[in-house]
Amino acid sequence: MNWPLEAFLSFLAAGAFGVVFNTPRRTLVSCGLVGMSGWLIYRMYYLVSDDSVQATFAGAFAVALVAHILAKKFKMPMIVFSIAGIIPLVPGSRAYNSMRSIVENNYLEAISFAADALMISGAIAMGLVFAEVLMQLVFNYQAKRMQKKIGMTRN
Amino acid sequence: MNQAGETRRELALDCFLLAGKIMMESGAETYRIEDTMIRMAVSQKMMDSHCFVTPTGIMFSPSNELATRFVRINSRRTDLERVALVNAVSRRLVSGELTLQQAYDEMLIIDQTDYMFPLQIQVLAAAVASGCFLILLGGGWEDLPFAFIIGGTAFYIVEMILIQTRVKFFAEFVGALAIGSLASLVIYAGLGQDLDTIIIGSVMPLVPGLLITNAVRDLMAGHFVSGLSKGAEAFLTAFAIGAGIALVLSF
Repeated sequence: MNWPLEAFLSFLAAGAFGVVFNTPRRTLVSCGLVGMSGWLIYRMYYLVSDDSVQATFAGAFAVALVAHILAKKFKMPMIVFSIAGIIPLVPGSRAYNSMRSIVENNYLEAISFAADALMISGAIAMGLVFAEVLMQLVFNYQAKRMQKKIGMTRN
Repeated sequence: MNQAGETRRELALDCFLLAGKIMMESGAETYRIEDTMIRMAVSQKMMDSHCFVTPTGIMFSPSNELATRFVRINSRRTDLERVALVNAVSRRLVSGELTLQQAYDEMLIIDQTDYMFPLQIQVLAAAVASGCFLILLGGGWEDLPFAFIIGGTAFYIVEMILIQTRVKFFAEFVGALAIGSLASLVIYAGLGQDLDTIIIGSVMPLVPGLLITNAVRDLMAGHFVSGLSKGAEAFLTAFAIGAGIALVLSF
Protein backbone atom coordinates (compact mmCIF):
# COMPACT_ATOMS: atom_id res chain seq x y z
CA MET A 1 0.00 0.00 0.00
CA ASN A 2 0.94 3.57 -0.57
CA TRP A 3 1.35 5.37 2.77
CA PRO A 4 1.89 8.97 1.64
CA LEU A 5 -1.06 8.75 -0.74
CA GLU A 6 -3.38 7.34 1.93
CA ALA A 7 -2.21 9.96 4.41
CA PHE A 8 -2.92 12.72 1.91
CA LEU A 9 -6.32 11.33 0.91
CA SER A 10 -7.51 10.81 4.48
CA PHE A 11 -6.31 14.32 5.36
CA LEU A 12 -8.26 15.72 2.40
CA ALA A 13 -11.36 13.66 3.16
CA ALA A 14 -11.48 14.71 6.82
CA GLY A 15 -10.89 18.34 5.86
CA ALA A 16 -13.71 18.14 3.30
CA PHE A 17 -16.00 16.76 5.97
CA GLY A 18 -14.93 19.66 8.15
CA VAL A 19 -16.29 21.98 5.46
CA VAL A 20 -19.56 20.02 5.19
CA PHE A 21 -20.02 20.16 8.98
CA ASN A 22 -18.94 23.81 9.05
CA THR A 23 -16.17 23.55 11.60
CA PRO A 24 -14.56 26.91 12.41
CA ARG A 25 -12.27 27.85 9.53
CA ARG A 26 -9.03 28.02 11.52
CA THR A 27 -9.50 24.43 12.74
CA LEU A 28 -9.98 22.86 9.29
CA VAL A 29 -6.33 21.79 9.02
CA SER A 30 -6.41 20.30 12.51
CA CYS A 31 -9.56 18.37 11.58
CA GLY A 32 -7.70 16.94 8.62
CA LEU A 33 -4.82 15.93 10.88
CA VAL A 34 -7.20 14.18 13.29
CA GLY A 35 -8.74 12.23 10.43
CA MET A 36 -5.32 11.35 9.06
CA SER A 37 -3.99 10.05 12.37
CA GLY A 38 -7.12 7.96 12.92
CA TRP A 39 -7.01 6.42 9.47
CA LEU A 40 -3.25 5.70 9.50
CA ILE A 41 -3.42 4.01 12.89
CA TYR A 42 -6.41 2.00 11.72
CA ARG A 43 -4.54 0.85 8.61
CA MET A 44 -1.34 0.07 10.48
CA TYR A 45 -3.15 -1.96 13.12
CA TYR A 46 -5.12 -3.73 10.40
CA LEU A 47 -1.94 -4.71 8.58
CA VAL A 48 -0.42 -6.11 11.78
CA SER A 49 -3.41 -7.91 13.29
CA ASP A 50 -5.78 -8.43 10.33
CA ASP A 51 -8.73 -7.76 12.65
CA SER A 52 -10.85 -4.82 11.54
CA VAL A 53 -12.75 -4.55 14.85
CA GLN A 54 -9.61 -4.10 16.93
CA ALA A 55 -8.12 -1.84 14.28
CA THR A 56 -11.22 0.37 14.33
CA PHE A 57 -11.03 0.55 18.10
CA ALA A 58 -7.40 1.70 17.88
CA GLY A 59 -8.29 4.26 15.20
CA ALA A 60 -11.23 5.70 17.14
CA PHE A 61 -9.10 5.82 20.29
CA ALA A 62 -6.43 7.78 18.43
CA VAL A 63 -9.03 10.15 16.96
CA ALA A 64 -10.56 10.91 20.34
CA LEU A 65 -7.16 11.33 22.01
CA VAL A 66 -5.88 13.78 19.39
CA ALA A 67 -9.25 15.58 19.36
CA HIS A 68 -9.11 16.02 23.15
CA ILE A 69 -5.61 17.45 23.03
CA LEU A 70 -6.54 19.85 20.22
CA ALA A 71 -9.73 20.85 22.05
CA LYS A 72 -7.65 21.86 25.07
CA LYS A 73 -5.26 23.77 22.86
CA PHE A 74 -7.91 25.67 20.88
CA LYS A 75 -10.29 26.00 23.89
CA MET A 76 -13.14 24.63 21.77
CA PRO A 77 -15.54 21.73 22.27
CA MET A 78 -13.99 18.38 21.47
CA ILE A 79 -16.81 17.52 19.07
CA VAL A 80 -15.43 20.09 16.60
CA PHE A 81 -12.41 17.88 15.99
CA SER A 82 -13.64 14.34 16.53
CA ILE A 83 -16.58 14.21 14.08
CA ALA A 84 -14.61 14.60 10.86
CA GLY A 85 -12.03 12.09 12.09
CA ILE A 86 -14.59 9.39 12.91
CA ILE A 87 -16.21 9.35 9.46
CA PRO A 88 -13.46 7.37 7.66
CA LEU A 89 -13.81 4.58 10.23
CA VAL A 90 -17.58 4.16 9.80
CA PRO A 91 -18.19 0.66 8.33
CA GLY A 92 -19.86 1.92 5.16
CA SER A 93 -18.70 -0.90 2.90
CA ARG A 94 -19.89 -3.63 5.27
CA ALA A 95 -23.30 -2.03 5.73
CA TYR A 96 -23.53 -1.74 1.94
CA ASN A 97 -22.51 -5.37 1.38
CA SER A 98 -25.00 -6.55 3.95
CA MET A 99 -27.80 -4.67 2.23
CA ARG A 100 -26.74 -5.92 -1.15
CA SER A 101 -26.85 -9.49 0.13
CA ILE A 102 -30.37 -8.94 1.47
CA VAL A 103 -31.47 -7.69 -1.94
CA GLU A 104 -29.92 -10.77 -3.55
CA ASN A 105 -31.82 -13.01 -1.09
CA ASN A 106 -28.52 -14.12 0.40
CA TYR A 107 -29.61 -13.72 4.02
CA LEU A 108 -26.83 -15.69 5.74
CA GLU A 109 -24.14 -13.55 4.18
CA ALA A 110 -26.17 -10.45 4.97
CA ILE A 111 -26.28 -11.37 8.65
CA SER A 112 -22.53 -11.93 8.81
CA PHE A 113 -21.83 -8.56 7.15
CA ALA A 114 -24.35 -6.81 9.40
CA ALA A 115 -22.85 -8.37 12.53
CA ASP A 116 -19.44 -7.19 11.37
CA ALA A 117 -20.75 -3.66 10.81
CA LEU A 118 -22.39 -3.67 14.24
CA MET A 119 -19.19 -4.84 15.93
CA ILE A 120 -17.22 -2.10 14.19
CA SER A 121 -19.71 0.60 15.22
CA GLY A 122 -19.41 -0.70 18.77
CA ALA A 123 -15.62 -0.55 18.50
CA ILE A 124 -15.83 3.12 17.42
CA ALA A 125 -18.02 3.90 20.42
CA MET A 126 -15.72 2.02 22.82
CA GLY A 127 -12.65 3.78 21.43
CA LEU A 128 -14.26 7.19 21.92
CA VAL A 129 -15.40 6.43 25.45
CA PHE A 130 -12.11 4.87 26.56
CA ALA A 131 -10.13 7.83 25.30
CA GLU A 132 -12.49 10.21 27.07
CA VAL A 133 -12.17 8.39 30.38
CA LEU A 134 -8.39 8.29 30.02
CA MET A 135 -8.19 12.00 29.26
CA GLN A 136 -10.45 12.82 32.20
CA LEU A 137 -8.18 10.86 34.52
CA VAL A 138 -5.12 12.66 33.14
CA PHE A 139 -6.75 16.09 33.46
CA ASN A 140 -7.95 15.36 37.01
CA TYR A 141 -4.46 14.27 37.96
CA GLN A 142 -2.98 17.43 36.47
CA ALA A 143 -5.53 19.61 38.25
CA LYS A 144 -4.79 17.92 41.57
CA ARG A 145 -1.07 18.41 41.10
CA MET A 146 -1.67 22.05 40.26
CA GLN A 147 -3.75 22.50 43.42
CA LYS A 148 -1.06 20.86 45.50
CA LYS A 149 1.55 23.14 43.98
CA ILE A 150 -0.48 26.25 44.75
CA GLY A 151 -1.16 25.00 48.26
CA MET A 152 2.51 24.38 48.84
CA THR A 153 3.56 27.81 47.64
CA ARG A 154 0.98 29.40 49.88
CA ASN A 155 2.30 27.68 53.02
CA MET B 1 -34.39 47.44 43.38
CA ASN B 2 -36.51 44.34 43.46
CA GLN B 3 -37.89 45.19 40.03
CA ALA B 4 -34.37 45.54 38.62
CA GLY B 5 -33.42 42.17 40.09
CA GLU B 6 -36.46 40.63 38.47
CA THR B 7 -35.64 41.90 34.95
CA ARG B 8 -32.04 40.84 35.40
CA ARG B 9 -33.08 37.32 36.27
CA GLU B 10 -35.40 37.25 33.26
CA LEU B 11 -32.51 38.35 31.06
CA ALA B 12 -30.28 35.66 32.56
CA LEU B 13 -32.89 32.99 31.84
CA ASP B 14 -33.35 34.22 28.26
CA CYS B 15 -29.60 34.14 27.80
CA PHE B 16 -29.17 30.56 29.09
CA LEU B 17 -32.07 29.20 27.09
CA LEU B 18 -30.90 30.92 23.92
CA ALA B 19 -27.43 29.44 24.40
CA GLY B 20 -28.88 25.98 24.89
CA LYS B 21 -31.19 26.36 21.91
CA ILE B 22 -28.41 27.45 19.54
CA MET B 23 -26.16 24.62 20.67
CA MET B 24 -28.83 21.94 20.28
CA GLU B 25 -29.84 23.27 16.87
CA SER B 26 -26.23 23.10 15.73
CA GLY B 27 -25.58 19.54 16.87
CA ALA B 28 -23.74 19.77 20.22
CA GLU B 29 -23.78 16.89 22.68
CA THR B 30 -26.47 16.97 25.35
CA TYR B 31 -24.09 16.74 28.27
CA ARG B 32 -22.10 19.69 26.96
CA ILE B 33 -25.24 21.82 26.66
CA GLU B 34 -26.29 21.02 30.23
CA ASP B 35 -22.77 21.69 31.44
CA THR B 36 -22.63 25.05 29.64
CA MET B 37 -26.03 26.16 30.94
CA ILE B 38 -25.30 25.19 34.55
CA ARG B 39 -21.91 26.90 34.45
CA MET B 40 -23.47 30.09 33.13
CA ALA B 41 -26.16 29.90 35.81
CA VAL B 42 -23.60 29.45 38.59
CA SER B 43 -21.66 32.45 37.29
CA GLN B 44 -24.91 34.47 37.64
CA LYS B 45 -25.35 33.28 41.25
CA MET B 46 -28.12 30.79 40.54
CA MET B 47 -26.68 27.96 42.55
CA ASP B 48 -29.38 25.31 42.65
CA SER B 49 -30.56 25.43 39.05
CA HIS B 50 -31.49 22.37 37.04
CA CYS B 51 -31.84 21.82 33.35
CA PHE B 52 -33.16 18.98 31.29
CA VAL B 53 -32.08 18.86 27.67
CA THR B 54 -33.60 16.66 24.99
CA PRO B 55 -33.16 16.93 21.21
CA THR B 56 -36.64 18.47 20.90
CA GLY B 57 -36.83 20.80 23.89
CA ILE B 58 -34.93 22.32 26.81
CA MET B 59 -36.32 22.89 30.30
CA PHE B 60 -34.52 25.12 32.75
CA SER B 61 -35.50 25.63 36.36
CA PRO B 62 -33.46 28.42 37.99
CA SER B 63 -34.44 27.79 41.61
CA ASN B 64 -37.38 26.96 43.83
CA GLU B 65 -39.10 30.32 43.84
CA LEU B 66 -38.66 31.24 40.16
CA ALA B 67 -40.77 29.82 37.36
CA THR B 68 -39.38 27.08 35.13
CA ARG B 69 -38.81 28.04 31.52
CA PHE B 70 -39.10 25.90 28.46
CA VAL B 71 -37.92 26.26 24.87
CA ARG B 72 -38.85 24.11 21.90
CA ILE B 73 -36.29 23.01 19.31
CA ASN B 74 -37.67 22.47 15.86
CA SER B 75 -34.80 21.95 13.48
CA ARG B 76 -31.39 20.45 13.96
CA ARG B 77 -28.43 20.55 11.60
CA THR B 78 -24.67 20.28 11.89
CA ASP B 79 -22.98 23.64 12.29
CA LEU B 80 -19.96 23.21 14.53
CA GLU B 81 -18.85 26.82 14.18
CA ARG B 82 -21.91 27.96 16.12
CA VAL B 83 -21.19 25.43 18.86
CA ALA B 84 -17.66 26.78 19.17
CA LEU B 85 -18.87 30.41 19.17
CA VAL B 86 -21.50 29.88 21.89
CA ASN B 87 -18.93 27.98 23.88
CA ALA B 88 -16.52 30.91 23.62
CA VAL B 89 -19.20 33.41 24.73
CA SER B 90 -20.14 31.28 27.72
CA ARG B 91 -16.48 30.93 28.70
CA ARG B 92 -16.09 34.71 28.62
CA LEU B 93 -19.30 35.21 30.61
CA VAL B 94 -18.18 32.75 33.29
CA SER B 95 -14.71 34.31 33.55
CA GLY B 96 -16.32 37.75 34.01
CA GLU B 97 -15.07 39.24 30.74
CA LEU B 98 -18.60 39.90 29.52
CA THR B 99 -21.62 41.24 31.34
CA LEU B 100 -24.91 39.42 31.05
CA GLN B 101 -26.32 41.99 28.62
CA GLN B 102 -23.25 41.78 26.37
CA ALA B 103 -23.38 37.99 26.38
CA TYR B 104 -27.08 38.03 25.48
CA ASP B 105 -26.43 40.46 22.62
CA GLU B 106 -23.66 38.25 21.26
CA MET B 107 -25.91 35.19 21.48
CA LEU B 108 -28.59 37.05 19.51
CA ILE B 109 -26.04 37.90 16.83
CA ILE B 110 -24.89 34.26 16.68
CA ASP B 111 -28.51 33.13 16.47
CA GLN B 112 -29.29 35.37 13.52
CA THR B 113 -26.10 35.02 11.48
CA ASP B 114 -25.65 32.26 8.93
CA TYR B 115 -22.17 30.83 9.37
CA MET B 116 -22.44 27.94 6.91
CA PHE B 117 -20.09 27.75 3.97
CA PRO B 118 -21.79 28.65 0.65
CA LEU B 119 -23.64 25.70 -0.83
CA GLN B 120 -21.31 25.42 -3.84
CA ILE B 121 -18.31 24.95 -1.55
CA GLN B 122 -20.16 22.38 0.53
CA VAL B 123 -21.07 20.44 -2.60
CA LEU B 124 -17.47 20.63 -3.78
CA ALA B 125 -16.27 19.38 -0.38
CA ALA B 126 -18.73 16.48 -0.47
CA ALA B 127 -17.53 15.60 -3.97
CA VAL B 128 -13.87 15.70 -2.86
CA ALA B 129 -14.68 13.52 0.15
CA SER B 130 -16.44 10.98 -2.10
CA GLY B 131 -13.45 10.84 -4.41
CA CYS B 132 -11.03 10.38 -1.51
CA PHE B 133 -13.11 7.58 -0.01
CA LEU B 134 -13.33 5.80 -3.34
CA ILE B 135 -9.53 5.50 -3.43
CA LEU B 136 -9.18 4.81 0.31
CA LEU B 137 -11.68 1.95 0.14
CA GLY B 138 -9.77 0.31 -2.68
CA GLY B 139 -11.44 1.65 -5.81
CA GLY B 140 -9.59 2.18 -9.06
CA TRP B 141 -8.40 5.56 -10.31
CA GLU B 142 -10.55 5.24 -13.45
CA ASP B 143 -13.70 5.45 -11.27
CA LEU B 144 -12.58 8.64 -9.52
CA PRO B 145 -14.44 11.18 -11.71
CA PHE B 146 -17.72 9.25 -11.34
CA ALA B 147 -17.54 9.08 -7.55
CA PHE B 148 -16.63 12.77 -7.51
CA ILE B 149 -19.60 13.82 -9.63
CA ILE B 150 -22.15 11.41 -8.14
CA GLY B 151 -21.17 12.26 -4.55
CA GLY B 152 -21.50 15.99 -5.20
CA THR B 153 -24.80 15.60 -7.06
CA ALA B 154 -26.33 13.48 -4.31
CA PHE B 155 -25.29 15.97 -1.64
CA TYR B 156 -26.80 18.80 -3.69
CA ILE B 157 -30.06 16.89 -4.15
CA VAL B 158 -30.32 16.18 -0.41
CA GLU B 159 -29.72 19.83 0.50
CA MET B 160 -32.24 21.05 -2.07
CA ILE B 161 -34.98 18.67 -0.89
CA LEU B 162 -34.22 19.60 2.73
CA ILE B 163 -34.76 23.28 1.91
CA GLN B 164 -38.00 22.49 0.05
CA THR B 165 -39.66 19.92 2.29
CA ARG B 166 -37.85 19.78 5.65
CA VAL B 167 -38.31 16.01 5.74
CA LYS B 168 -34.86 14.59 6.36
CA PHE B 169 -35.80 10.95 5.87
CA PHE B 170 -37.26 11.59 2.42
CA ALA B 171 -34.33 13.76 1.32
CA GLU B 172 -31.80 11.10 2.22
CA PHE B 173 -33.86 8.40 0.55
CA VAL B 174 -34.00 10.36 -2.70
CA GLY B 175 -30.27 11.14 -2.44
CA ALA B 176 -29.41 7.47 -2.05
CA LEU B 177 -31.77 6.61 -4.90
CA ALA B 178 -29.95 9.11 -7.12
CA ILE B 179 -26.58 7.64 -6.15
CA GLY B 180 -27.73 4.11 -6.92
CA SER B 181 -29.28 4.95 -10.29
CA LEU B 182 -26.45 7.22 -11.45
CA ALA B 183 -23.82 4.64 -10.49
CA SER B 184 -25.74 1.86 -12.28
CA LEU B 185 -26.09 4.10 -15.31
CA VAL B 186 -22.35 4.72 -15.38
CA ILE B 187 -21.68 0.97 -15.17
CA TYR B 188 -24.22 0.10 -17.88
CA ALA B 189 -22.74 2.73 -20.15
CA GLY B 190 -19.45 0.89 -19.79
CA LEU B 191 -17.62 3.88 -18.31
CA GLY B 192 -17.12 2.79 -14.69
CA GLN B 193 -15.45 -0.38 -13.46
CA ASP B 194 -16.72 -1.26 -9.99
CA LEU B 195 -20.30 -0.48 -8.96
CA ASP B 196 -19.79 -1.25 -5.25
CA THR B 197 -16.92 1.15 -4.53
CA ILE B 198 -18.52 3.96 -6.54
CA ILE B 199 -21.72 3.64 -4.49
CA ILE B 200 -19.91 3.36 -1.13
CA GLY B 201 -17.67 6.34 -1.88
CA SER B 202 -20.57 8.52 -3.04
CA VAL B 203 -22.76 7.58 -0.06
CA MET B 204 -20.13 8.63 2.50
CA PRO B 205 -21.11 12.36 2.69
CA LEU B 206 -24.64 11.31 3.72
CA VAL B 207 -23.56 8.98 6.54
CA PRO B 208 -24.92 10.20 9.92
CA GLY B 209 -21.53 10.31 11.62
CA LEU B 210 -22.30 13.15 14.00
CA LEU B 211 -25.53 11.54 15.18
CA ILE B 212 -23.87 8.19 15.87
CA THR B 213 -21.03 9.69 17.89
CA ASN B 214 -23.36 12.00 19.80
CA ALA B 215 -25.80 9.20 20.56
CA VAL B 216 -23.07 7.02 22.03
CA ARG B 217 -21.51 9.81 24.05
CA ASP B 218 -24.88 10.89 25.44
CA LEU B 219 -25.75 7.34 26.41
CA MET B 220 -22.41 6.90 28.16
CA ALA B 221 -22.86 10.19 30.02
CA GLY B 222 -26.23 8.96 31.36
CA HIS B 223 -28.51 11.09 29.16
CA PHE B 224 -30.64 8.18 28.09
CA VAL B 225 -33.56 10.13 26.62
CA SER B 226 -31.48 12.16 24.21
CA GLY B 227 -29.05 9.29 23.56
CA LEU B 228 -31.85 6.98 22.51
CA SER B 229 -33.63 9.58 20.40
CA LYS B 230 -30.43 10.58 18.61
CA GLY B 231 -29.70 6.90 18.06
CA ALA B 232 -33.17 6.52 16.55
CA GLU B 233 -32.51 9.48 14.25
CA ALA B 234 -29.20 7.96 13.15
CA PHE B 235 -30.87 4.61 12.54
CA LEU B 236 -33.63 6.23 10.48
CA THR B 237 -31.04 8.05 8.36
CA ALA B 238 -29.03 4.88 7.81
CA PHE B 239 -32.24 3.05 6.96
CA ALA B 240 -33.27 5.73 4.45
CA ILE B 241 -29.90 5.51 2.70
CA GLY B 242 -30.02 1.71 2.73
CA ALA B 243 -33.57 1.63 1.34
CA GLY B 244 -32.67 4.03 -1.46
CA ILE B 245 -29.68 1.96 -2.55
CA ALA B 246 -31.51 -1.34 -2.12
CA LEU B 247 -34.38 -0.16 -4.31
CA VAL B 248 -31.96 0.45 -7.19
CA LEU B 249 -30.00 -2.76 -6.64
CA SER B 250 -33.14 -4.90 -6.65
CA PHE B 251 -33.86 -4.09 -10.31
